[in-house]
Amino acid sequence: MSAGPLDATLNDARIGVLTFPGTLDDRDAARAVRLAGGEPVALWHADGDLRRVDAVVLPGGFSYGDYLRAGAISRFAPAMAAVVDAAKGGMPVLGICNGFQILTEAHLLPGSMIKNDHLHFVCREQVLSVENAQTAWTNQYTQGQHITVPLKNQDGQFVADEHTLDELEGEGRVVFRYQGWNPNGSRRDIAGITNERGNVVGLMPHPEHAVEAGFGPDGADGVRSGTDGLGFFTSVLASLVRA
Amino acid sequence: MGRVVVEVMPKPEILDPQGKAVVGALPRLGFTQFTGVRQGKRFELEVEGDVTPEVLDAARRAAETLLSNPIIEDVVAVFDATEVHA
Repeated sequence: MSAGPLDATLNDARIGVLTFPGTLDDRDAARAVRLAGGEPVALWHADGDLRRVDAVVLPGGFSYGDYLRAGAISRFAPAMAAVVDAAKGGMPVLGICNGFQILTEAHLLPGSMIKNDHLHFVCREQVLSVENAQTAWTNQYTQGQHITVPLKNQDGQFVADEHTLDELEGEGRVVFRYQGWNPNGSRRDIAGITNERGNVVGLMPHPEHAVEAGFGPDGADGVRSGTDGLGFFTSVLASLVRA
Repeated sequence: MGRVVVEVMPKPEILDPQGKAVVGALPRLGFTQFTGVRQGKRFELEVEGDVTPEVLDAARRAAETLLSNPIIEDVVAVFDATEVHA
């Protein structure tokens, strides 16, 4: 896994970070893009112009308060119509937490999220296994690698019908699984999935909170030294170079 | 003024954690006869005039697209609930 910025030729890759009313983690996502060596570009939900970005991150939070369903109202934002079009054309899109919920509501990814089986908000450092290291957002990891990133949600229980779950497993589209403890009752311990093409990835845990030593989860090098989330952002830069 | 009610319930095969919490609380208040609770949503949509077939049709489409997520929920009822004053 690469833990630092890629070479300087990637520095002009523009990674959009889309903000909705109630988004919390857009600044952390932008910071993660910058630390990986890309250029973060702020996008606004009401604006259908994606400002020539090469990829988009839908960060976490509580868009529109999640009053109707998590992600339900955001899905119809003008910017989302542009994101759906771009994703169908192959542009890398990453949905984190609330962003994952928006991607399922927009039908870019299958299944949905309901309230955690134990009903409590959970916030912890979560170990995940990388089940697919070939997507646009995971190619700098290795298959089977364990990574630790923060997890914080109340509506994080991934559900889908058995046929859809079998299809996801059969096509290698389960990208991350919870290890050690399933924190929300997600079917088959699924923490993140991808679309058929591998350019759209969604997950409940928060890689953007584990990108800089001193501010992340505890790691092998000591307290708060974990930077396992940085690989998402170096992966997308690598995939843009190859494209 | 007309009113359309839309009722949405979690699908039978989807666990309803909220209903489970409610059914756990009922016996503590002495309500021991209820063995299960499922919690859904009721929307009241208001319109200026009468609830015409077109209004009901629009309500059904709104129910399927925005008010419910067909992966986890069923629209169980869409009906005219306009209050009639004598």
